[in-house]
Amino acid sequence: MNTTTSAPNSHLPSNLLGGKRRAATRDISERRDTMRVADPRPAAPPPAVRCREVQKHFGEGDARIHVLRGVNFEACQGELTFLVGPSGCGKTTLISVIAGLLDTTGGEVEVFGQNTESLPADDRILFRRRNLGFVYQQYNLLPSLTAAENAAVPLLAAGVKRREAVDRARSLLVKLGMEDRANAEPNKLSGGQQQRVALARALVHEPRLIICDEPTAALDHATREAVMELLASSAVQPDRAVIVVTHDNRVFHFADTIAHMDDGRITHNEHKN
Amino acid sequence: MNFVALKMLTGDQAKYFGLIFAIAFSTFLLQNQSSIFAGIMRRTGSQIADVTDAEVWVMDQATQYFEQTKALKDTDLLRVRGVPGVEYAVRLFKGQPVARTAKGNFSQATVIGLDDATLIGAPRKMLLGSWERLREPDSVVIDLGGYNLLFPGESLELGRTLEMNDHLVRIVGVSDVSPPFASFPVMHARYSEAVNFLGRERSQMAFVLARAEPGVTPIELTRRITDSTGLRARTANQFRWDCVRYYLANTGIPVNFGITIAIALIVGLVVSGQTFYLFTVENLKQFGALKAIGVTNRRLIGMILLQALIVGFIGYALGTGMAATFFEIFARKIATRGIVLLWQNVVGVGALMFFVVVAASLLSIRRVLVLEPASVFRS
Repeated sequence: MNTTTSAPNSHLPSNLLGGKRRAATRDISERRDTMRVADPRPAAPPPAVRCREVQKHFGEGDARIHVLRGVNFEACQGELTFLVGPSGCGKTTLISVIAGLLDTTGGEVEVFGQNTESLPADDRILFRRRNLGFVYQQYNLLPSLTAAENAAVPLLAAGVKRREAVDRARSLLVKLGMEDRANAEPNKLSGGQQQRVALARALVHEPRLIICDEPTAALDHATREAVMELLASSAVQPDRAVIVVTHDNRVFHFADTIAHMDDGRITHNEHKN
Repeated sequence: MNFVALKMLTGDQAKYFGLIFAIAFSTFLLQNQSSIFAGIMRRTGSQIADVTDAEVWVMDQATQYFEQTKALKDTDLLRVRGVPGVEYAVRLFKGQPVARTAKGNFSQATVIGLDDATLIGAPRKMLLGSWERLREPDSVVIDLGGYNLLFPGESLELGRTLEMNDHLVRIVGVSDVSPPFASFPVMHARYSEAVNFLGRERSQMAFVLARAEPGVTPIELTRRITDSTGLRARTANQFRWDCVRYYLANTGIPVNFGITIAIALIVGLVVSGQTFYLFTVENLKQFGALKAIGVTNRRLIGMILLQALIVGFIGYALGTGMAATFFEIFARKIATRGIVLLWQNVVGVGALMFFVVVAASLLSIRRVLVLEPASVFRS
């Protein structure tokens, strides 16, 4: 088991094998633990995401489906927060609401203290472009762009010059162990490599919140461990929150906090570390 | 993001070239058919355009176009000459006798009889010989197309003979007249001889050609002639358009060409529209990801329009190149000479294809605009 989990990580840069991230999260965890003894509430890092009684339904009349039924959820900076639960429990709808891709039917969502729904449409897009990064289950890479170009898309969308954007993306890919594949197109990359490109795309513009939707669902065991290791080590920063939607309990050990969700509600939170 | 749009466009080469081919083919077909149509219509007034010595054509009120004439009385010529503002007026004969060669080749021909004294209306572009030699007895000038039709495979040579209505005439010149509507040989002769090439009728004069005095416009002169004589008088330009309108209204030519042009338009719209639509729909997931990342709808519209304009421009340029090559090749053939790619058609088809690609892209844009960015989270 140990051999299986460590083998895929052997090609990764040593600084990304958990050291930096663990140091960062350990600091915060230790700080939190220390503070918890005295007075944990004021010492806790400010929540990056705060949902209060969030409701969301689709359709009208008899066809109305309540997907979120008063969700209370927080994701803190410097933490890897897992959102877990059975299929259809509302995980994807909740992260869509948090990302500002869907409007709520009721309740309130704040991202870094900003109620995104109160923003005009263009400002909301701008807020998302600056503050959020996404990692999808199916990667959603543009097939005709190289790995570096794909990773550069958020910078290009923000108006950064092509050469500078691709150079920055390439540098990040090197840090993610993709130096040899930066010029390859997605169809020439393995699933794990594609997910690393997707991770680079989510990180390249240095967002403060990263939302990952089932990032390991399409990966085999070894690759899943490698990608999660990479996500934990490179994405989690003291001033950044990472939310991972998954129902794969084999990766739960990477989480700092696990929010369990069922039938449109958060049933309980589980703090690790 | 323009760079991303272009890479998305050219990434799938099969679809990319399919789009370009559809637009190029439509452009070629539209330019080809509309130019041939315009060329054929222009031919209906070729013999009118070739007369540069007089700008007013006088004819019977019943005459509608060049090929269909009702003979005027000889006195009509004098009446026209008597109209104030007429500098000069001469008679013109037009008939369609059968011409035979010594070898037995024959063809119906358009014979134009020119005023004996002035030879007004004679062809000015000569390939061989001189139009002034029409003053010689029993002489005709024949056009190049007619010469090749009656003397196939033989070199251009003066002195060959033709027989028309038992009259033997000698070829004294080969002209380069504007191609006629029907591919009959066009021959010019003196009026006094041309009238004998057909069975004798009491009246033979088809037209009177008149020129306005300095200070009198051709249009003013046509009005005066009609007022004074009761005859129909048209400027050369008006008469050419009369011919075009007659053929448009009374033949199946516009319908046939119209059907082809409509098919080209539909093929262009459907094929390029559908291909472009499918191209965008297949990229919806990517567009959704871009929307989620924070690319605005306005930017996405710009990307799709850029893609449409790029394939539209390349396809249009290729299609125009194909059409230009086609006309360059066929402009050298006798039967199709004078049918050229008109700049009006190039511009018109360009505007049409612009409409096609914009319409096609609008269909695609609609799908992208209504796309919920949250859909990217659904696997």
